[in-house]
Amino acid sequence: MARKGGSALRRARAWLPGLLLVTPSIIAIGVFVYGMLGWNFSLAMTDKHDEVSEGNFVGLQNFVDIWDEPRWHLSVNHAILFTVVFVLGALVLGWFLAFLMEKGIRGEGTFRAIYLFPMAISFVATGIVWRWLMNSGQDERAVGLNRLFDVVGLPQWAWFRDQDWGMAAMAIPAVWQMSGYVMALFLAGFRGIPEELREAARVDGCTEWGVYRHVVLPLLRPVTLSALIILGHISLKTFDLVMAVSGKQIITDVPAVFMWVAVFDFHDPAKGATIASYIVLSVAVFVIPYLIWSVRKERRS
Amino acid sequence: MLIAFAVVFLIPVYVLLVTSFKPLTEANPSQAWNLPQVWTLEAWRVAWEKLAPGIWNSVLLAVPGSLLSCVLGSMNGYVLSKWRFPGADVLFTLFLFGMFIPYQGVMIPLVQLMVNIGMYGDISGLVLAHVVYGIPICTLIFRNYYVTIPDELIEASRVDGAGMLRTYWSVVLPVSGPAFAVVIIWQFTSLWNDFLFAVFLTGPQSWPTTVMLNNIAGAQATPYSQQMAAALLASIPTMLIYLVLGRFFMRGLMAGALKG
Repeated sequence: MARKGGSALRRARAWLPGLLLVTPSIIAIGVFVYGMLGWNFSLAMTDKHDEVSEGNFVGLQNFVDIWDEPRWHLSVNHAILFTVVFVLGALVLGWFLAFLMEKGIRGEGTFRAIYLFPMAISFVATGIVWRWLMNSGQDERAVGLNRLFDVVGLPQWAWFRDQDWGMAAMAIPAVWQMSGYVMALFLAGFRGIPEELREAARVDGCTEWGVYRHVVLPLLRPVTLSALIILGHISLKTFDLVMAVSGKQIITDVPAVFMWVAVFDFHDPAKGATIASYIVLSVAVFVIPYLIWSVRKERRS
Repeated sequence: MLIAFAVVFLIPVYVLLVTSFKPLTEANPSQAWNLPQVWTLEAWRVAWEKLAPGIWNSVLLAVPGSLLSCVLGSMNGYVLSKWRFPGADVLFTLFLFGMFIPYQGVMIPLVQLMVNIGMYGDISGLVLAHVVYGIPICTLIFRNYYVTIPDELIEASRVDGAGMLRTYWSVVLPVSGPAFAVVIIWQFTSLWNDFLFAVFLTGPQSWPTTVMLNNIAGAQATPYSQQMAAALLASIPTMLIYLVLGRFFMRGLMAGALKG
C-alpha cells in the first residue's frame, strides 16, 4: 500500500512541474477566452441597452427581438452571400492553381510567392486599392475596373454598391487575399499523395482523369475540410475588409460591422453582445466538431 | 495560364505603385491606369508625415508582443509534447478552440476589463490582448515542432538527473530556432495587420498603423495618391518579412491549418 502511494506520488512529481509551467496560460485562456465568452453571453441576456443602467436578466429576449430588425436580416443575408461567394471562390481558385502547379513547373517558387503575397498584407491596406478598383463611378467618371471594362467593352457595374449583389463584389478582394493560402494547402495535399498510388491506378486502366476522380480527389478530402473550416470562420467574422472598402454603410452591413455600430454608435452593450453571441455560435457549430475530430484523429495515429 | 493568373494577382500592386507616384494634377479618371507622366514622391512624403506616429505605435506593439508570445508558446509547447500531465489532450483541445473564436465574442467584456484595470487606450493593453489570444496558435506551432524531437533525448537528459527546466534549457531550447522564427514572423504579421483589437482597444494616442491608415483613407479629402502611398508604407514591414523569410511565413500558415 505504502509502495503504491509512493509511486503515485513519484508519478505526480513527474508531471506536476509541467502543469505549473503551463498554469499561467491556462489561467489566461480560462479568463480571456472562456470567461469572456461567458460574460458576453450573460450580458446578451440582460436589458442593459445603455451604458449606465444595471441590466436585468431577460433570458433570450434579445436573441429573439433582434430578428424584428430589418437591418439584422440585411446583415445576415449579406454575410451568407459573402460567405458563399468567398468560400467557393477561394476554394475553387486555390484548388485550380494547385492543380496547375502540382506536376512541378519551372519558376514554381515565383508563382507561389506571387499568389501568396496578399496574405502578408492587412485587409485595411488592400481595402484601399480595392475600393479604388471597384469604384462605382461609370463612363467618364469611371476609374478602376470600370474604366478598364469600358475600354475593352465589358459592361460596367456598381460593384459593392449594387443593391442585391454588392456583397458578391465584396468577396472578390477576400478571394484575392486567401486563394493563395488555399493553393498552398492543396499543393501540400497533392504532394502528400504517393506517386505509386497514381501509378497503380494507371496500371489498372484508369485514364488520367480517372486517376484524379478516384484516387487524388478522395485523398484530398481532409485538406478540403481544413480549408473549408478556415475560410468559413474567417468569412463569418469578416470586419476589416468591409470597414476598409465601404465603411459602416448599410449597403454592405454584416453582423461584425453591425455589432461595432451597436456598441459605439447606438451605445447598446446588450445588443452588441447579442450580435457577438450569434457570430460565436455560427462559428462554434462547425469548429467544435472539427476540433474534436482532428484531435481524435491525431491521437489514433 | 499560371502567368495570366499571376498578372491578375499583381494588378492591385500595379495600381498602388503607379498611383502613389502621381502628382495631384494627374488625378484625372481618364488617366487612371496610365503611368505617371511626372514621377513625384510628394504623396509618399505626406503619407509618411501622417502615418509615422502609427508606425511607431505598431513597432511598440508588434515587437514586444511577438517576443512574449514566443516565450509562452515555447513553454506550453514543450510541456504539452514532452512533459505531459493527465488531461493534457483535453486542455490542448480547449486551447485550440481559442484559435478559432471570433474575437467579437470577447470584445465587449475585454474593453470593460481594460477600462477597469486602467489599460484601455494604452498600447500595453493591446499587447496583452494579442499575447493572450495568440497563446493557442503559438502553442500549436511549438508543440508540433517539439513532437519531432526524439523522446530518447529527453529521457537521456532525465537519466542524467536534469529536471524539466534544465532539460528545456540544455536540450530543447538550442534546437528551437526554426519554431521561434515561425512564431515571431506569424505573430509580428498578425499584430502588425490587426485592425479589430486595435479599433476597440486603442485611442488616438496609441492608434497603430492600421487604424491610422483607415482614418486617412476614410477622409474624403485625401487624394488617391496619398491613400495608396500610405497603404504601401503600412505594408512594407510585413512584405519585407514575407520576401526575405517566406519559408518561415509559409510554415506558420500551414500550422494554422492544424497540420505540422
